[in-house]
Amino acid sequence: MTKSNLTASISIRRKIVNVSMTILVLVAVVLALVPLVLILGVVFMKGAPAISLDFLTQAPTAPNFPGGGIAPAIEGSFVMVGLATLISVPIGVGAGIFFSEWSTSRLSTVSGFMNDVLTGFPTMVIGLFVFILIVLTAKTYSAFAGGVALSFIMTPIIARTTSESLKLVPTTLREASMALGVPRWKTVLRIVLGTGKNGLLTGILLAIARASGETAPLLFTAATSTLFIKNLMQPTASMTVLIYYYALSSVPSWISQAWGAALLLILIMLALNLLVKLTIGRNPTKARMEM
Amino acid sequence: MSQQKVQFRLSGDTILKILLEAAALFIIGLIVALTVELYHIAAPSIYKFGLAFLIRREWNVNKNEFGALPFIYGTLLTSAIAIIIGFPISLGVAIFISEKLKSHQTIGYSLGTIVDLLAAVPSVVYGLWGLFVLVPLLREYVESPLHYYLGFIPLFSGHPEGFDFFSAGFILAIMIIPTMSAVSRDVLNAVPNSQREAMYSLGATDWEVTQKSVLPYARSGIFGGFILGLGRALGETMAVVMVIGNIPNITANLFSSGYTLSSLIANEFGESTGLYESSIIEIALILFAVALLVNVAARFLLWRMSRGMEVKV
Repeated sequence: MTKSNLTASISIRRKIVNVSMTILVLVAVVLALVPLVLILGVVFMKGAPAISLDFLTQAPTAPNFPGGGIAPAIEGSFVMVGLATLISVPIGVGAGIFFSEWSTSRLSTVSGFMNDVLTGFPTMVIGLFVFILIVLTAKTYSAFAGGVALSFIMTPIIARTTSESLKLVPTTLREASMALGVPRWKTVLRIVLGTGKNGLLTGILLAIARASGETAPLLFTAATSTLFIKNLMQPTASMTVLIYYYALSSVPSWISQAWGAALLLILIMLALNLLVKLTIGRNPTKARMEM
Repeated sequence: MSQQKVQFRLSGDTILKILLEAAALFIIGLIVALTVELYHIAAPSIYKFGLAFLIRREWNVNKNEFGALPFIYGTLLTSAIAIIIGFPISLGVAIFISEKLKSHQTIGYSLGTIVDLLAAVPSVVYGLWGLFVLVPLLREYVESPLHYYLGFIPLFSGHPEGFDFFSAGFILAIMIIPTMSAVSRDVLNAVPNSQREAMYSLGATDWEVTQKSVLPYARSGIFGGFILGLGRALGETMAVVMVIGNIPNITANLFSSGYTLSSLIANEFGESTGLYESSIIEIALILFAVALLVNVAARFLLWRMSRGMEVKV
């Protein structure tokens, strides 16, 4: 009421500026949404025809031979992301608990800062690091190296989301537990972790989503292959690296399969994001979403 | 008996703390090991070319002559294009969600979620889309008209190739919008309502409130988000390597093929040996240093913002 009375009396120039800024802001929203629609639309249109039972279950055929699929790449992606999850969850959750429960210690401050820096790091550099660390030593590209590279990307994400969600656990809960004579380690593991476990889960899902979409750290660690995995110390295909090589090949059937793999990957990402939203929805203390 | 119990309790706490400290140390160790290992392999190149590596233009595998300048230039130029296109859009989205939709939180939240989806698209899918959809589209409908009408400006003087600095910068702009708009959104939401109410009570329009009392308050936080976006643009590999053309060039012409630090690594590291290999690792070291600088700056600004929030009125 009072506001509309006031706007009636302001000058034309100020009104025009106000309206045109509103329009500009709206244009910005539209400009941000157009690429999203274009990307999702094109990937669905070009990817859907490529997906079939063979596509999901068969190994690749030679160029321009009909049939064949990307099954080894799907398997490789799952194995490497799984391996990375196994490595990064204990370390990430551990570091996250330390950042939140021992937040006054100097180690916590320094490591927490390094952790944040690592979150925004060029993943290509992490790939090269693991190449030097593992591939040069083992003298072969491997699923193991790929998994380790992905785990270095997942660990800081898990650590940060863990500490953020544990910081939201009320201090009174910790105090109540300690007052009952429960030792600190039990308080941390049972009470604090138990209360913050939804946030933890969110962080792990976010990290898995991030790792599933990574290509650069796998290029020189897992490389690629057309075979199914026999052991962890051999070159291994992944969906993302396959998209890269197939997209740059000039083989029409491969390019079509690249779109199929892109669609599959986007569907996995959307599912993971939906899962994240659902876990946050159940958690009243909404965890921070930062990819 | 009770003495024993106390003993046990202490050890349980100590064990947990040691385990957690080990995890925290692991993260510090990771950054240290990364620096040491990269430096170790890059050493031959560092000793041979010294600091001049940063300003050498030549990249010739046959003559064993390497310099980083074209790649540094490409990285900076594409990131600048990304920021110039992406930052105003991100800020607009953030203002729309947190100011215009302030009384419609559900709609604002949903819109934010939808924009965030841009971050869920894997970078290699951006690359694939860029290669087959965006590049032809830009060449036909953006670059050609710009060249035709504004060709007298050096930026647009070249013949549009499609696989060039402009396409790479454009695709990076799309990729950093979710990062920058999410941070700006949070920061704007954190501005206390009393800031807005004070302005409204003086008879200000919506835009005047945003411009004069909300944005200045959130300035350092928005700048932090800006730098996080910049960090992502500087380090991005796959989308860029697929659309930039991968030819080292230093030119003001945006429609010329280029190369960036990370796309060089992705494209050439696989077949490199000897000095060639260590030069590429030195390129990675440069990327590492730039990313470190940018991320530290961003975190510092965001940290200062969150500290300042409680004190400043």
